[in-house]
Amino acid sequence: MAKNSDNNRRKFMATTLQSVGLTALGGLLWSGYSDEAKASPLVLRPPAALPEDDFLKACIKCGLCAEACRNRDSNKDRDGNPRPSTLQMAKGGEHKLIGTPFFVPTDVPCYMCDDIPCVPVCPSGALDEASVTNEKGELDINMARMGLAVVHKESCVAFWGLQCDACYRACPLLDEAITLEYHKNERTGKHAFLLPVVHSDVCTGCGLCEKACVTEEPAIFVLPVEYATGKAGTHYVKGWDTQDQNRLKDAKEIHTVTERSEKEAADYLNMEVEY
Amino acid sequence: MKKFKYLLLRRATQLLLLVLYFGANAYGWHILEGTFGSSVLFGVIPLADPYTTLQVLATGFVLGTDVLLGAAIITLFYFVVGGRAFCSWVCPINMVTDLANWLRRRLKLDKEEVNYRFLKRSARYWIMVLGLIVSAVVGVAAFEVLSPITIMQRGIIFGFGAGIAVVVAIFLFDLFGVKNGWCGHLCPLGATYSLIGQKSLIRVKHDHEACTNCMECKIVCPENQVLWMVNKESVSVTDGECTNCGRCIDVCGDNALEFSIRSFATRKQSKGVKNETNG
Amino acid sequence: MALNRREFLKSAAAASAASAVGIAVPSNLEAAASDAQKDWRWDKAACRFCGTGCGIMLATKNGKIVAVKGDPAAPVNRGLNCIKGYFNAKIMYGADRLKTPLLRMNDKGEFDKHGKFRPVSWKRAFDEMEKHAKRALKESGPEGVAVFASGQYTVMEGYAAQKMMKGGFRSNAIDPNARHCMASAVVGFYQTFGVDEPSGCYDDIEITDTIVTWGSNMAEMHPILWSRVSDRKLSNPDKVKIVNIQTYTHRTCDIGDINIIFSPQTDLAIWNYIAHEIVYNHPEAIDWDFVKENIVFTAGPVNIGYGMRRAGEKSLKDGKYTAKEMEIIKKEMSKKVSAKEAPALKPYGYKEGDVMKNTPGTLKHWMISFEEYKKSLEPFTLDYVAKIAKGDPNESIDSFKKKLKALADLYIEKDRKVVSFWTMGMNQHTRGTWVNTLSYNVHFLLNKQALPGNGAFSLTGQPSACGTAREVGTFAHRLPADMMVKNPKHRAITEKKWQIPAGTLNPVGNQHIMKIHRDIEDGVVKFAWVNVCNPYQDSASASHWIKAAREMDNFIVTSDGYPGISAKVSDLVLPSAMIYEKWGAYGNAERRTQHWRQQVLPVGDAMSDTWQWVEFSKRFTVKDLWGPYTLRNGKKLPDVRKDAKKLGYNDDTTMYEILFANDRAKKYKIDLNKFPQKGFDNSECLGDSRNVVGSDGKVFKGYGFMIHEYLFEEYAWFGRGHGHDLAPFEVYHKVRGLKWPVVDGKETQWRFNVKYDPYAAKAAKAAGSKSTHAFYGPLAKKLPHGDLKGVKDKKKTSLKNKAKIFARPYMDPPEMPDANYDTWLCTGRVLEHWHSGTMTMRVPELFRAVPEALCYMNPKDAKEKGVKRGELVWVESRRGKVKARVETRGRNRPPQGLVFVPWFDEKVFINKVCLDATCPMSKQTDYKKCAVKIYKA
Repeated sequence: MAKNSDNNRRKFMATTLQSVGLTALGGLLWSGYSDEAKASPLVLRPPAALPEDDFLKACIKCGLCAEACRNRDSNKDRDGNPRPSTLQMAKGGEHKLIGTPFFVPTDVPCYMCDDIPCVPVCPSGALDEASVTNEKGELDINMARMGLAVVHKESCVAFWGLQCDACYRACPLLDEAITLEYHKNERTGKHAFLLPVVHSDVCTGCGLCEKACVTEEPAIFVLPVEYATGKAGTHYVKGWDTQDQNRLKDAKEIHTVTERSEKEAADYLNMEVEY
Repeated sequence: MKKFKYLLLRRATQLLLLVLYFGANAYGWHILEGTFGSSVLFGVIPLADPYTTLQVLATGFVLGTDVLLGAAIITLFYFVVGGRAFCSWVCPINMVTDLANWLRRRLKLDKEEVNYRFLKRSARYWIMVLGLIVSAVVGVAAFEVLSPITIMQRGIIFGFGAGIAVVVAIFLFDLFGVKNGWCGHLCPLGATYSLIGQKSLIRVKHDHEACTNCMECKIVCPENQVLWMVNKESVSVTDGECTNCGRCIDVCGDNALEFSIRSFATRKQSKGVKNETNG
Repeated sequence: MALNRREFLKSAAAASAASAVGIAVPSNLEAAASDAQKDWRWDKAACRFCGTGCGIMLATKNGKIVAVKGDPAAPVNRGLNCIKGYFNAKIMYGADRLKTPLLRMNDKGEFDKHGKFRPVSWKRAFDEMEKHAKRALKESGPEGVAVFASGQYTVMEGYAAQKMMKGGFRSNAIDPNARHCMASAVVGFYQTFGVDEPSGCYDDIEITDTIVTWGSNMAEMHPILWSRVSDRKLSNPDKVKIVNIQTYTHRTCDIGDINIIFSPQTDLAIWNYIAHEIVYNHPEAIDWDFVKENIVFTAGPVNIGYGMRRAGEKSLKDGKYTAKEMEIIKKEMSKKVSAKEAPALKPYGYKEGDVMKNTPGTLKHWMISFEEYKKSLEPFTLDYVAKIAKGDPNESIDSFKKKLKALADLYIEKDRKVVSFWTMGMNQHTRGTWVNTLSYNVHFLLNKQALPGNGAFSLTGQPSACGTAREVGTFAHRLPADMMVKNPKHRAITEKKWQIPAGTLNPVGNQHIMKIHRDIEDGVVKFAWVNVCNPYQDSASASHWIKAAREMDNFIVTSDGYPGISAKVSDLVLPSAMIYEKWGAYGNAERRTQHWRQQVLPVGDAMSDTWQWVEFSKRFTVKDLWGPYTLRNGKKLPDVRKDAKKLGYNDDTTMYEILFANDRAKKYKIDLNKFPQKGFDNSECLGDSRNVVGSDGKVFKGYGFMIHEYLFEEYAWFGRGHGHDLAPFEVYHKVRGLKWPVVDGKETQWRFNVKYDPYAAKAAKAAGSKSTHAFYGPLAKKLPHGDLKGVKDKKKTSLKNKAKIFARPYMDPPEMPDANYDTWLCTGRVLEHWHSGTMTMRVPELFRAVPEALCYMNPKDAKEKGVKRGELVWVESRRGKVKARVETRGRNRPPQGLVFVPWFDEKVFINKVCLDATCPMSKQTDYKKCAVKIYKA
């Protein structure tokens, strides 16, 4: 009887251990898979999307934004039927977190609807209406930062001297988000380069420029803002720009370590000198 | 026809819901928009899946009130109609697993449900908890990454992609692997609704007097452990794992099973009886 | 030599970059490059698209064009292109190229107007054409056979078509789409200079200090020239000023120092304001020495209508026009003088509320005194002009006045060089001829015309509007080299050169392109052939013409590379060789003639339009065509068959033998060992390896003589020695184009200028004049005298070597916004697409860039009308409506009260909405203004 209960206890212990082990294994695999599945760095999100990490937490994958995009009045074709919408829902196997909304400018760019139908419908707050609402309390699509257009100069035919500027003309914020820079073409002696220049403080990342680009693979393309921008340190402020010190609000206490300085001073000094 | 009454009603409900969701995207209907994760009814009433909501909360994100309100509405609703009524009356995967189950029976793949050592019906509760932990650790609603339910539903609404492989995998798993493997063992959503259903109002009631002990109900029941009272006593099925699918009622030739409102008195009594038996 | 792909690309790129800048390539790298490209052939050509005339180089490999590059040696573009030019290599290989003739047939294989298009042989195609052309001739005479011609014809095609139509069919019903494009500029040139085409050239851009664009979105329509303007601005930003004058803000405004938004049609008033400013406030700025020596003042009638249908025309009587349409059309006969135009018309004897009875448009004019001219300018004060011309309701009148004043000051500023450029804004205008002549007034008064860096310059839209439509003369009223069908001497010269009997040519040339459409609707024209254009998409009031083509008893043929609207409404569709599939030549806006050789064989069974015309001519003999006819106006064309016999022809001699394969032609030999023929295909002269089964059902083996050279040289003969000299055929294959007149091998930059133009020098010398200029154009150089109201002294005075300043007022267009149709509609083009998009909509990148035509609208208007950006609206006029998507942010920013819709997109068929009112003198349609209403679709 005692042996039996001992056996039972041991069996119970083993089962529990195995259960815990298997759960841990499953949890690790699941975490690994989930982590991998959400790793979709170059995806463009709807306007007003939270920063990608927060967005992935918050998006409840309901598709209401994509439905609003598809069924907006401004997306009707000539017969009154909806056209393919800007926002698509990730279907798996596309290196985008399944069930999350995204867009691909070369398929359908964001047309920057003035009433931004995709944002207010978001139930979870993954699309943050406040980020596209101006001081007057109106929705303002110009405030959206879906991404940032980047020009690859070597393949952009405007940099060859050709008269293109298709991106510039396609830009809904023409002359603000993309401007033309004029340079003399010294080779021909009588023509000018009209070069598209993107302004990151205005560009919404709608992708109309990428869609319009006439090169075989677009020479202007939209990247998520964090991948298309660098960041200057806060330890230096432009002396000629009074606004620039606003960056200091993120400033951290300065503490530096390099390979050269990682040892304590005394430790260093106490080391033998070779001679 | 009586033999299929609830089956047909369920299929009709499931398909109607899918049509409404599909139409919301395809034709801009404002009846039922979104997906099971979160929807809007009649363009106004928010609805949200409780487990999905919990996962998002677990990631540490402070959700919008729409979703919280929606989750509350859904919880309340299933508290009334039977927690896992979602599984049998709404969830599209139910059609897939029912098909697998039916094929299993047709192909005589097994007579008995095999008792897998580590795949007990209780696994789903572990998975449910684990899902919340993983959500917290990884920072993404973990079950939603591979949930066949919304993958299938979004597939129907927005078009299928590679994600549909999950649905096929579950079909194969249920057909060739574990009987009722997904819905009965693994699905954390079902687990959540089981918990809600612990106390829900609409229940199947068994009439021991009428029962001829044919056991048809146990054969068709996807969670037949909940029918422990058949051939034993006249009580309601109170186990939260019952999906209120009504299949047992359909197949019962003796009118020994019927939906009823849970009677608290009966519950107490049955509980007492059960305890006695066990003791 | 084993080069991998990467190395190949690198070395090829290096070699082309190096040759472009003229640096020496290391010889081992050069060897690698030529090896990699050993089966590529590079040869020069002209860009297919606009009137700028950029030079390109084409690479062919295995009989297909594989690449294009800007020709670094081409003076216009020096190796650059715009993005249409960038895609020249891709335009010929669209998936739906027409490859075989297609005839509407019933199931029995008979022609059936309501049948489906089915492939037929070339023989069957020409059988049907012959049958229907003969029937049309029988029923309507030569006026019943018409051709929609083109400013995109090669010189040779245009000449072949013109010769067969006018010499063979004796029909002047051949008129190009160029009528829609620069006819007003042409009549402006004729009226002012007595001869067509600009005095200046593109070199003006690099020399001038001021560029003023009038109704010209140069940044999109002439991008390469715009880059030259931009460069000029960069080279001296403080001195060089750019002023843009237009009805809505567009890309050309980007670098404008002054941008003036005016109300449609009031450019007439603005030009007169500048002249008023000169004559009344800055008389010292008038160069009297120049004016007295070179200029006379003239006036003409103002009650000339709007080129619409006149009362009594058949289709009006038949009730084919709705009551709504008639509201506008009735103004053709008479109109009430409005408060807006009354002050401007006062010197001409009209006051507000007067009923002006309109006569049909006339070119008539007479000399007046300077004082009379001055009187005509009196109303155009800054106050009056600012009041009627301000186009943006949200701009203050003071700001607008300031701009007008600044504009006038720039013109007037002593020693400031000024170039005025214009495109469709001034040409597509119900007073297009007037506004063209008004531009010269200002330049003449200030002696700022026909001088380096100074002058008014019409920018043509099409690649050979000048080279073919105008110079070859594929207009209803013209013959080659500025000759006119109405002039008996000109007809005689032509008949002699063509060796056709005297009296063959038809003296009545009134079937301009809108008249051809109207004649089809009236049932007069029963056979019409569309060449290198898309008249059923590009003509205003389009529904009428489509209905007439589809529902009436007629036979419409379209030759094209791709199926468009015109092919769709036709009964027979012929597959045409496209530009680099044939030998050809274009003439650009600065009088530059450029030739190219056939680079590749045409796709499918396509053959060139030249070939189609020559084959067609084989079907008609002397007895078929040269009998007597009575024209609609009662004029008789004589029976010339007897005279034909005297020339050695008989009744059965074909037009092919007379017009194309004659003894003169056969002297132009095929010589494949000689430049420029060596190494190049020649499908018309030799046939080709496709072995196309020709019009006689046999494999076509070629004409056996160099027909391209023959056609070019015979045409060139007309101009040589008459101020229109072209160089020999062969020379053009060596050079990057030459600006005519080419005298002693030298091109001419500034015409009428004694220093630069040998003809001006000759004319001045002959007249014993010491003037710097001689405006030697011969047309209308003897005029009676009168005042602003009419002729007072019928005695004509010669004004040899003189140009004219015209007194011409502001007048309202026939249709203006009112309570029902409250918005101006302006139509136009976009950089990405060429005209009706038949080529560019088939280039994937260009299609992707601009897939549909948008309705550009002011955001305030959109808000007032309750429509949102991206939504579809109806744009509706009295004539029809189309759905278009609203854009309030884009490249074009109209002021409130005006919308802009491009016309390239056949799905946004805006020409159904436009009004077919024309300049009554030039017959060019005004696509820039009509009244519409906009509402949510």
